[in-house]
Amino acid sequence: MADFLLELLSEEIPARMQAKARADLERLFAAQLNDAGLKAADITVYSTPRRLALIAKDLPDQTEAVSEEAKGPPEGAPDQAVDGFCRKNGVTRDQLEVRDVKGRATYFAVINKPGRATSDVLAEAIPAIIKAFPWPKSMRWGDASLSTESLRWVRPLSGIVAILGDDLVECEIDGVTSGYETVGHRFHHEGMITIGNAGDYAEKLRACHVLVDHSEREAIVREGAVKAASDGGLELVTDEGLVIENAGLTEWPVPLLGGFDPAFLDVPEEVIQLTARVNQKYFICRDKSGKLAPNFICTANIDATDGGKAIVAGNEKVLAARLSDAKFFWELDQKTPLEEHAKKLSNIVFHEKLGTVADKVERVAKLAEWLVSLEGNGFYQSSPGDALRGEVIEAARLCKADLVTEMVGEFPDLQGLMGGYYAEKQGKSEAVANAIRDHYKPVGQGDEVPTDPVTVAVSLADKLDTIGAFFAIRELPTGSSDPFALRRAAVGVIRVILHSKLRIPLRPILESVNIECSSAFSKWSTQLSEEQYRNHGGAGYFSSFGEWSPQAADRAIDFIFDRLKVQQREAGVRHDLIDAVFALGREDDLVRLLARVNALQAFVETPDGDNLLAGYKRAANILKKESAPGADPEPRVEGATATLGSASSAEHGGAKTRPDSAPGAVGSGESSAPAQAGAHLPSDTSDAPSGDGPLPSQGNKGLSYTPEKAEKALIDALDAAQPDVTAAIEAEEFEKAMTALANLRAPIDQFFEDVTVNDSDADKREARLALLARFRAAVHQVADFSKIEG
Amino acid sequence: MTLSGAFAKASAKLVALAKKAITLTDQKPLSFQQIILKLHDYWSDQGCAILQPYDMEMGAGTFHTATTLRALGPDPWNAAFVQPCRRPTDGRYGENPNRLQHYYQYQVILKPSPPDIQQLYLDSLTAIGIDPMLHDIRFVEDDWESPTLGAWGLGWEVWCDGMEVTQFTYFQQMGGFDCKPVAGELTYGLERLAMYIQGVDSIYDLDYNGNGVSYGDIFLDNEKQMSEWNFEVANTETLFDLFKKATAECENCLEAKLPIPAYEQAIKASHVFNLLQARGVISVQERASYMGQVRDLAKGSCEAYMVKNGWDA
Repeated sequence: MADFLLELLSEEIPARMQAKARADLERLFAAQLNDAGLKAADITVYSTPRRLALIAKDLPDQTEAVSEEAKGPPEGAPDQAVDGFCRKNGVTRDQLEVRDVKGRATYFAVINKPGRATSDVLAEAIPAIIKAFPWPKSMRWGDASLSTESLRWVRPLSGIVAILGDDLVECEIDGVTSGYETVGHRFHHEGMITIGNAGDYAEKLRACHVLVDHSEREAIVREGAVKAASDGGLELVTDEGLVIENAGLTEWPVPLLGGFDPAFLDVPEEVIQLTARVNQKYFICRDKSGKLAPNFICTANIDATDGGKAIVAGNEKVLAARLSDAKFFWELDQKTPLEEHAKKLSNIVFHEKLGTVADKVERVAKLAEWLVSLEGNGFYQSSPGDALRGEVIEAARLCKADLVTEMVGEFPDLQGLMGGYYAEKQGKSEAVANAIRDHYKPVGQGDEVPTDPVTVAVSLADKLDTIGAFFAIRELPTGSSDPFALRRAAVGVIRVILHSKLRIPLRPILESVNIECSSAFSKWSTQLSEEQYRNHGGAGYFSSFGEWSPQAADRAIDFIFDRLKVQQREAGVRHDLIDAVFALGREDDLVRLLARVNALQAFVETPDGDNLLAGYKRAANILKKESAPGADPEPRVEGATATLGSASSAEHGGAKTRPDSAPGAVGSGESSAPAQAGAHLPSDTSDAPSGDGPLPSQGNKGLSYTPEKAEKALIDALDAAQPDVTAAIEAEEFEKAMTALANLRAPIDQFFEDVTVNDSDADKREARLALLARFRAAVHQVADFSKIEG
Repeated sequence: MTLSGAFAKASAKLVALAKKAITLTDQKPLSFQQIILKLHDYWSDQGCAILQPYDMEMGAGTFHTATTLRALGPDPWNAAFVQPCRRPTDGRYGENPNRLQHYYQYQVILKPSPPDIQQLYLDSLTAIGIDPMLHDIRFVEDDWESPTLGAWGLGWEVWCDGMEVTQFTYFQQMGGFDCKPVAGELTYGLERLAMYIQGVDSIYDLDYNGNGVSYGDIFLDNEKQMSEWNFEVANTETLFDLFKKATAECENCLEAKLPIPAYEQAIKASHVFNLLQARGVISVQERASYMGQVRDLAKGSCEAYMVKNGWDA
């Protein structure tokens, strides 16, 4: 048993790559051991900017010996055959053994493979690991780079230490040979250090000002920064990302406290923090009252001869220069009103097929205005000319203006935030400034969800426009890539809507965006040169939009719906129930959809619900087999869908009155074509429950025979339940609809108990199948039970 | 053990230089021109050819043929030179203490990249008075890419007490061709370095010659006038015309199989494009197309250079 030390010395490895490099080194090394049949008691990996190291404990001295045997020809076989057998197995004839196999004397070759020395295994493993190392970016260097086949590493590899026990593991790769020697700290130690074994490695390096254990350096940065702050009477703003990065940039970290001119504190705190963190990798501090302090903490890589005075002075100067740039931007940006900045958005391409950011902003403004004017939207209803509407339009028109400011050009992460500050400074109302600042929210999972009406309107309009626009030009996310962050936009839409329980029909919005963006797309396509046209996929690509465009909005709704399912699954809502409700016709009012799903979930978990489901399945199976007569494939659709641009009022629940014009038409004078009038029917019937007849009118007036008792009871129950279910659904009282449906449970059970559907009398058979179809249709008013599992 | 030998030698040199540096810090800091002279001395001692600046307008020292074209092909090449750089959009009419439309880079190219290149570089800092035991010198990841030159490399920005003083790059590709072998490129920002060494807050306050002449005495008027010309006066029709002519002439040279003159025209087109940018007459949409044209010229010149020298890609 012996411990093994491997150190790969190189020029400075980027800090951000070190954690993965450690994991890769461990994984590749363990795989090499495993292939040789070796196992270490423990593997530890370390990194510094200049080295990757690995210590494997208790490696056996050699791999296990193996003995294999091969059966050969029988004794007395021709010499040719026996010699061939010997050759194949690398033995001589006198080494063969003769054994009895079912009464025949047969030759056997016994091949003893002795164990291999572990050092030999390692000598081969090290170059193999280096060659296979998956750096995110790698390079060639030096004399060897005359060939492009030369060794690649993240930065030039300069040395290998490989010691098993006390012995050198000799290996070589591309001119770099293994040895006992390495280097200490770049400035604190001169010359080479000789390492004895894995046991003294870390301590020898420590003596030469190198802390090889990254977690030790991280602890020093973490605790040292806190201490440097508290020594200055301040509190550190902790930042674990900075801890790791600074530990990855130093072999001997020394946190130092510096300061800057308090005059810079006029600049927004976020700007100071970002300048310090991103550009300089400094921590920032707060004073006792929680206010940002004019101080920072940098992490040096040396114990300077003057205690760090010169280093602090130098860093202070650099930060001051950076902050004066930021202050300059801050002041310069404010000299131009946001309205003027916004004009420059017409020079920024949003997407080549979709026009400029200014075009997008116009669409967002119209959508946002429409959202707040929508009656029954659940958050606020503005009327033309009221304050809210004015604020929404203003905020939407200005929400992207900060993209062309100097500050956001320098710090793209500050988009929104800077716009908010500039709006405030310009004297815009708080609601407008907040909406500009927060309209990108929610971004991450823990991010706060906007609730202020102006922000909600702009945030939703922006996200829905993005989704609708990219669906219009068929730039869809795939499993592995979502370059326009449409998933994030969809999750944002869902969270904003559900958080404030907004009653927003998504379909007309997405259809309106689709229409506008499709026309932008056509305009773009007609301006292409022939070559560009070909490069974009030619006639095949462009003509395919004829089929795509009509369904783009539906696909966008499906996309949002899929995100909703994922999101609700985490909240414990059954996805099959969401499917069952959505299948009725792409319910696009997420609040109503979930209310219905929740009622359904409560219902199917009761005995009534469970039994009704069983009855439903039985009825559906029979109907499927018999293909019910008179079944019209047109699905029944419940729930209302508001339609932009249509003045016709819907007859169902939901938004009863619509604004006069579509968002696409506001201010433009010409309507961007109402997508569809009246209640929407999905064009794609395959998504809807098939085989449902339209609800037959009450009673079975045409019955040519006297129904059996159970049959009559079911007819009566349906007659009674159907109007109740319909009324309850229209009133969005979904629990009540479930209760009404529950009244069908006993009759359907009894029906199956007592009545033969498949009667020899064709009239009876047909009438009973029709009755089952009616039952199924009644259930489908609530949900497509065929989608429910169990 | 050649490696350890190299390190020991380098370290001994470092100590000697550090001692020298300490004595230097007691004296008046180096003037702007002394910094250049020290670097010339130092890199000359390392075997570099000390070149003079290229006599054309260019955006960075990397455009000098001694970098771009010499990075191609198998021949060893070690050179150092000062290159004036022009970036018209960076002009601030002499009002910003940190930005100029005309400034100097000190450029070193070592091909193939020597194994001790980092130490050589650190020793050059010591030579101009930066004590590595007093100041925090760090190699921070910064990869370099020039779409215009079809070039990229990996390396660092070198920090001195948090300030970027040098760009350090191992060229991997130039003009779209793999570098065989790889060259190491060091680009020192001379004004920045001098501001640091002299402890001044404005470029214009730099001590230029150690004898009463400041950087501002020499360049302030230049910055004011050139900024005005770059942003406001330059005749854009003439510039558009120049761009076209340079493009045509580059193609003419390429047809005549003259890569060096072709490359000069590419540099010219690049600078004219930068001027057009400063005049604000190139829209975002057109920008990509202009950059594409310049890139094609530069890559075409590199390709012709390879062919002329009989080198395989």
